[in-house]
Amino acid sequence: MAELNQVSAADFELLPNDRKRNNETIEKPSLSFAQDAWRRLKKNKGAFISLWVIVVIVAAAFISIPYANTTTTAEQNVMQQNLPPKAPGNLPGFNGKQKVDGERFDAYKRADVKKGEYHIFGTDQFGRDIFKRVLYGTRVSLQVALIAALMDLVFGVTYGMISGWKGGRVDMVMQRIVEIISSVPNLVVFVLLILIMKPGLFSIALGIALTSWTSMSRLIRAEVLSLKEQDFISAAKTLGTSPWKIGLRHLVPNVSSTIIVQLMFTIPSAIFFEALLSFIGIGIPVPMASLGTLLNDGQTAFQFYPYQLVFPALILSALMIAFNLLADGLRDAFDPRTRD
Amino acid sequence: MSGMFKYILKRIGIIFLTLIIVISATFFLMKLMPGSPLANAARLSGEQRQLIESQYGLNDPLMVQYWHYLVNALQFNFGHSFQFQDQPVSRLIAQRIGPSIQLGLQALVFGVISGIGLGAAAAVRRNTKTDTTLSILAVLGVSIPSFVFAALAQYFVGLKLGWLPIAGWEGFKFTILPTIALGMAPLATAARFIRTEMVDVMGSDYIELARAKGLSQNEIVWKHTLRNSLIPLVTLIGPMAVNLMTGSVVIEKIFAIPGIGGQFVSSILTNDYPVIMGTTIVYSMMLMVVLLVTDILYGLIDPRIRLAN
Repeated sequence: MAELNQVSAADFELLPNDRKRNNETIEKPSLSFAQDAWRRLKKNKGAFISLWVIVVIVAAAFISIPYANTTTTAEQNVMQQNLPPKAPGNLPGFNGKQKVDGERFDAYKRADVKKGEYHIFGTDQFGRDIFKRVLYGTRVSLQVALIAALMDLVFGVTYGMISGWKGGRVDMVMQRIVEIISSVPNLVVFVLLILIMKPGLFSIALGIALTSWTSMSRLIRAEVLSLKEQDFISAAKTLGTSPWKIGLRHLVPNVSSTIIVQLMFTIPSAIFFEALLSFIGIGIPVPMASLGTLLNDGQTAFQFYPYQLVFPALILSALMIAFNLLADGLRDAFDPRTRD
Repeated sequence: MSGMFKYILKRIGIIFLTLIIVISATFFLMKLMPGSPLANAARLSGEQRQLIESQYGLNDPLMVQYWHYLVNALQFNFGHSFQFQDQPVSRLIAQRIGPSIQLGLQALVFGVISGIGLGAAAAVRRNTKTDTTLSILAVLGVSIPSFVFAALAQYFVGLKLGWLPIAGWEGFKFTILPTIALGMAPLATAARFIRTEMVDVMGSDYIELARAKGLSQNEIVWKHTLRNSLIPLVTLIGPMAVNLMTGSVVIEKIFAIPGIGGQFVSSILTNDYPVIMGTTIVYSMMLMVVLLVTDILYGLIDPRIRLAN
């Protein structure tokens, strides 16, 4: 108490003037839309981890081109058929041991594999290294998905913008067409296309894009319908800007978050659809391989060599989960209503 | 009600138009295919060939052939299979459509009902561990492809544990694994949807009122929240049906189920064009009927929706 009484005016000091001035403002650093979305995405743990999972898988699939390509994945070695997974070190499950009729033995020793040679995912019935094949298959699956997403983007966005912008009769006819296309099962559209085109990377991607662009175009149309009533568009029109320029300069930037989110949902569904087609044997033709063909191979041998099924299944599932989580996260991050 | 009637008529008109477009596409694609059924019959004299061609109507102008095909297809007459001689395609399909429909319906019912249950549980206990676990499970269910799940379930449940048969179609036991595998996606979709809807509804004024009236938590959840969340779920059934059709093709292959999906795949692999065309048309028809029925249902159960608009 005594100490308190001894406090004198000299113990206080005046705050500098400029600090006082800002006392009333509550301010966060101003962020651009992208920065804001990025900040919110980082907060979403699932989406952020997914982003890294995707980066790692995509990088691994594309950096490994010299290591795992059409020629190296086709290398067959009859002496090394169906070897179980083996990695350096003596990890359980990755030690090259196999159990047949209750007897455990080192399959690598029996097959006379050189010391220091490893197949971390094992080998298949032709002695091909499954790790290489999974890398290669992942790349093919991703390529199909990316090409499909790109076509989806170009076609779906253009169609949706024209339909929404023109309105009236044009819009009605265009929407009827979308309605008709989307009431045909996607597998049917795909099969009809495959009948006239040779199966391959491009035709499969085209088939997937043909069945998925309708949802993109619908979303874009709905946004354009409401955007075109806004003042800045009227201003652009009054100034005599051409419709194409309005589309590119004003509409596309305003629907970009919808486009990104929809693309993020298109990619996993394209990966899924490609895998499904390859799995039933009408997708990527041999000697190419995708995750779907690997799963198909694995499924025929899974009774005796489950690892041949498990590894491609794991990678495919990881990709699907990561893309879906990231898409969910992006949708929330772009949504101004979730802004804090 | 007349608005409703008009709407249904319009929709049926669109269905017919779509069917005609699909049938026309299949016809002209088939005509684009190289080769003819008589290409290998080198020993036929010109006269014999002409006789056979006129017998099958192959000499008619393209438009006449097209008209015949269209009229026949609309009556489910798709010609004879290439692979199974003397078997009309319609009979092949009729023999195999049963298991496919059964599997699809079972998966839909199983998926939607368990999805509603799990979604409601997550919404009631939102922001707890149960909710988080269920959300993670739902993401897995949406993401993991049905055939990956099916193949793994077949290995672990069917082979390792031996609880259920690995493959085949000889009784209810055989349907369990395929139903679960196929129902995973609708389950997860429904669960996520119901959770979001219910959380939304829980914040609305009429739930506040119900609470103010002193209704018990159970009554609020069952009579007000869940009921109102179920209505928009109907709109999801259409997209679910599309996915079930696609999924059943591969599930039927994995579990060796004698349905039209498996037949469709083998007809594609063997270039059995009449079967491909027939199945294509049947698939499209089934999907459009499902879409129409769900739309009508939606209009009937939600008085706020005016179908005519």
